[in-house]
Amino acid sequence: MRVRVEQTALPGIGVRHDLVTESGRRLGVVSHRNGRRDLVLYDPDDPDACQADIPLTDDEAEALADILGASLMLGQLSGLREQAAGLLTEQIAIPAGTKYVNRQLGDTRARTRTGASIVAVLRDGEVIVSPDPTFRFAAGDVVVVVGTRQGLDGVSSILADTDPDG
Amino acid sequence: MHETTTLLVEVGALLLLLGLLGRLSRRFGVSPIPLYLLAGLAFGHGGLLPLNASEEFFAVGAEIGVILLLVMLGLEYSANELVGNLRSAAPAGLIDAALNALPGFAFALLLGWGWVAAVVLAGVTWVSSSGVIAKVLGDLGRVGNRETPVILSVLVIEDLAMALYLPLVTALLAGVGLVKGGIALAVAVLTVVVVLAVAIRYGHLISSALSAKDPEALLLGVLGLTLLVAGAAAKLQVSAAVGAFLVGIALSGPVAHHATQLLSPLRDLFAAVFFVFFGLVTDPQDMPPVLLPALALAVVTMGTKLLTGYLAARRAGIAEPGRWRAGFALTPRGEFSIVIAGLAVAAVQPVEPRLAALATAYVLITVVTGPMLARLPDFPWFKRWLRRRSQVRRPEPVPAAD
Repeated sequence: MRVRVEQTALPGIGVRHDLVTESGRRLGVVSHRNGRRDLVLYDPDDPDACQADIPLTDDEAEALADILGASLMLGQLSGLREQAAGLLTEQIAIPAGTKYVNRQLGDTRARTRTGASIVAVLRDGEVIVSPDPTFRFAAGDVVVVVGTRQGLDGVSSILADTDPDG
Repeated sequence: MHETTTLLVEVGALLLLLGLLGRLSRRFGVSPIPLYLLAGLAFGHGGLLPLNASEEFFAVGAEIGVILLLVMLGLEYSANELVGNLRSAAPAGLIDAALNALPGFAFALLLGWGWVAAVVLAGVTWVSSSGVIAKVLGDLGRVGNRETPVILSVLVIEDLAMALYLPLVTALLAGVGLVKGGIALAVAVLTVVVVLAVAIRYGHLISSALSAKDPEALLLGVLGLTLLVAGAAAKLQVSAAVGAFLVGIALSGPVAHHATQLLSPLRDLFAAVFFVFFGLVTDPQDMPPVLLPALALAVVTMGTKLLTGYLAARRAGIAEPGRWRAGFALTPRGEFSIVIAGLAVAAVQPVEPRLAALATAYVLITVVTGPMLARLPDFPWFKRWLRRRSQVRRPEPVPAAD
């Protein structure tokens, strides 16, 4: 799983990170100080030279990172929202005092009851993608829900349930 | 015509011409510096159409141009980058200094120009232009190449070495004796070390005093600070250019980034004025006799730069093609060589009248051919030649493992 990434300082320009893939190709990213990033692919015959040097804007770099990274699903879903009318994505903050704080996602039985799915949880600026039923909510979590309008409203009212015992 | 009116007409016409020349050079993908120098030659003393009213303006503008060139150079680097790879880059820097400063030094002595001129010419042939080279590397898509850090670290050492070299030359040119020159050098070394130490430890404080948010205040603040420090440095005989360079290094983070964007147009304007001014004060009639020596010097020092890059890349474990790329990329000289020669021209006691002409011709040759040479390793025939070369060296290639 762990890949050795080499970091090289480029004085006056920025930093370069590169790695060698299992198939023997070297590829890297040059991060310019002004925020520009270049994706560089090295020549297999001359591993010191880059064959392609592709400048990426901030947004492009982020999109590429998304595609390569685990949050692929979010991107796909936001595309889906535009294609399928009636399917919505919404971010719902878990209200203070809800009974689901410290309880498992499975306990909400949100999908069974509303047809909407919780596809991700945002916690402390991080994205937790595809949380499984044993995922435990914490106060301040924001859930990303996909479903119909009624479904989303249903999830938000479920999450708003206060603990009858407390 | 009124004096001021003439000035406006002359400056305006010359800047307009420079604009057109700059456009022309970009069309051919070469540096505009040689065209600016030629324009200066054409309109200077003994040129086709000497300007008279605006010379003072160009003299002051040129002074500001040097300061802006240097502060921008300093802004490119952070103090950590300069000092951080000093130890690993020092051997390459020493090879570079020995191989490229000595030819210039020896050349001036051979021409019988005296040793002050020799020290100046050594500087001219020593430093490659980081501006031109960074642009060439970007244009050729080689920023990601593995030999690029080697090239950059040679440039860093050169730029850092200039911070010690320029005060020495300034002192020599001022005609001060060995003792006073030594004191000037000691002051310079101390200043450079103190500024680097302060910049590494407290750079963020200096930067936070200048807010990056308000462009107008930042522009005025950085420009003011730079001119002030440059002036103070000149008073201390440490050379205004070094003062400006150190200001650039001391600034870091968002302030440096925004200041770079704000100062770039100003730098372009005044740097062009500087190159023109250098051409203006050079008499074109001095040029023909020095053309051949300049060509010879250019050929020799391009060879030594090639060797420098080759050896430095080999030390870093780069394969054969990369070594050639590093060598050819280092060959262009540009703004810095002109800055050094400019010091000699502006000296109170003129050193050697032909020095400016030689430096102009030398930079004209290297700054045009250098970027072209840098392309050489990308041509198929060059790659074929390299392959044949490596086959000759190893008659029995190692059988490829399946």
